[in-house]
Amino acid sequence: MSDPAITFSRVGRRFGDIEAVRDLDITVAAGSVAVLLGPNGAGKTTTVRLATGALQAHAGVIKVLGMDPRVDGNDIRRLSGVVPPKAAFYDRLTGRENLEFAAKLWELGAAAPIAAAAERFGISEALGQEVGGYSTGMRTRLALARAILHDPTILLLDEPTAGLDPESARAVLDLIRDMAGQGRTIVMCTHLLHEAEGIADQVVLMNEGHAWVAGHPDHLAEQYWRDTRVHIDAEDRTVLEVLPDLEGVVAATFNGHVTAELDDLNRLPDIIEKLVGRGARLTRVEPIQPTLEELYFEMQRHRRRQREGAGS
Amino acid sequence: MNLHRVWAVARTDLRQLAKSRDYWLPMGLLAALFFIVIPVVALNVVTSAQDSEVVTQIGTVLDTLPLTIQENIQGDTPEVQAAFAIAVYLLAPIAVVVPLTIAAAVGSNTIVGERERGTGEFLAHSPITERELYTGKLLAALIPGYGATLVGFGIYSLLVNLIVGPDLGGWFFPTSGWWVLILWVVPPAIAIALSLIVRISARVQSAAAAQQAASLVSLPVIVISYAVASGLVYDPARTGLVTGLVAWMIAYLGLASGSRALRREILLGIGIKSAKRVTVPKR
Repeated sequence: MSDPAITFSRVGRRFGDIEAVRDLDITVAAGSVAVLLGPNGAGKTTTVRLATGALQAHAGVIKVLGMDPRVDGNDIRRLSGVVPPKAAFYDRLTGRENLEFAAKLWELGAAAPIAAAAERFGISEALGQEVGGYSTGMRTRLALARAILHDPTILLLDEPTAGLDPESARAVLDLIRDMAGQGRTIVMCTHLLHEAEGIADQVVLMNEGHAWVAGHPDHLAEQYWRDTRVHIDAEDRTVLEVLPDLEGVVAATFNGHVTAELDDLNRLPDIIEKLVGRGARLTRVEPIQPTLEELYFEMQRHRRRQREGAGS
Repeated sequence: MNLHRVWAVARTDLRQLAKSRDYWLPMGLLAALFFIVIPVVALNVVTSAQDSEVVTQIGTVLDTLPLTIQENIQGDTPEVQAAFAIAVYLLAPIAVVVPLTIAAAVGSNTIVGERERGTGEFLAHSPITERELYTGKLLAALIPGYGATLVGFGIYSLLVNLIVGPDLGGWFFPTSGWWVLILWVVPPAIAIALSLIVRISARVQSAAAAQQAASLVSLPVIVISYAVASGLVYDPARTGLVTGLVAWMIAYLGLASGSRALRREILLGIGIKSAKRVTVPKR
């Protein structure tokens, strides 16, 4: 793992008697994509706000690019781009005027790449219109353009695709991939599991202000996914009818595609060897991988079982 | 403090204001009413009064003024003297009422407006300091208020000289008292009111609440300023200069403490009394 760009160590933040985050531990490697997953009220937005120093932590230590947001907040914010959950603008001003305002706050001067940023998100033609007339998708695209205007080292996106049309949602995910490809550190908050699919180097599952699981999706799958089913296919499927009789195969289903349930995935090489020995020319051998959504709910079940076990 | 960022904030607010006809039109009408309509009507009524009773009544009012002021009233006839007194002394407080009203209307919406729009979140994540933001917001409220006053004052001067001037042998306005009032007393008076109003704007939940609270706060400031303005044009050398000096000092203290009171969390709607909170279920 490369040096962390963001670390939260036992961070806590209260609002009155409500703990928005508590004992929060998160480490995001520089140049990686971390996805904070969790239901509404899990503490994701508070986490983003704490990272830029917009909010002050009541407990724990936060380091962003080696700096403390409480002390060096403005330096951190200068290097950060944030896409908030609500793409809010000065509606009576044009898109260009809104971007110019952001450019001035970040002291970009005349070199601010306003036209390029607008072009990147397909809103060049709307730049001269008042933002009040923008659609939700256009507003989000403008928010994305505003967030990357100063070429941030860290990009924080808080529910960036909420309420978006598929095209705009794709623009968000493409931006994440592009920025990740350029070595930027990205943190995205979402409660939509499919969004994290394929882009996350790290998934942090949050609930009740606490990160209870974190890791690469593959590692989490290894840890929590107990599925022993395998898709198997062959040029001549009749050869596969022996599957239920093979040692280690608990059951096999033949509906459209062939799925074998094993008593242990480690038996798979032996089973393949036996099938090949019987003349099968295999075209597919693929253990079933969970989608992030399946993994999420499996981890939720695992956690519930753990808590029930601890409680009894 | 980065002045480019301060000006960026002020200019953004002013640009929005310029595009908000529903906002500046009533304010323009207010300024026109105080600086143009009322003076023109009052001065014309007096200078062209056929009814000597009106002039007599005004003369009675003038008799109650301090002797030093009575000695300074110019004009050969009672009508001209009355017109001079109205133009120079009795209408002086309008120079305070107009800017304070406009500045209060604009200033009350500054911080709470950012929160209501959601742009407060953007500002909170930006590198602008709280002090820069506060100063920018203050300028955004002060410029239209004071700008309207300067323009109105110019028009008022022109009208007064055109209506009363011929009877006094030429241009006589502005007098020294008015210069002191406009350039030395009005700016800190606006700043004092705004130091309170912007602070209120940061602490209330809605723009409507901010407007109401701003009215309550600005009203006594207007009344005090009204009284001060009335007095200082009678005695610009002492009252005006001293009052202005005191006002600048109060304004400085108010602005300094107001700047410290604006915290980044307020832009996110956190730390507002009685604010609705998103509840996190307890474990």
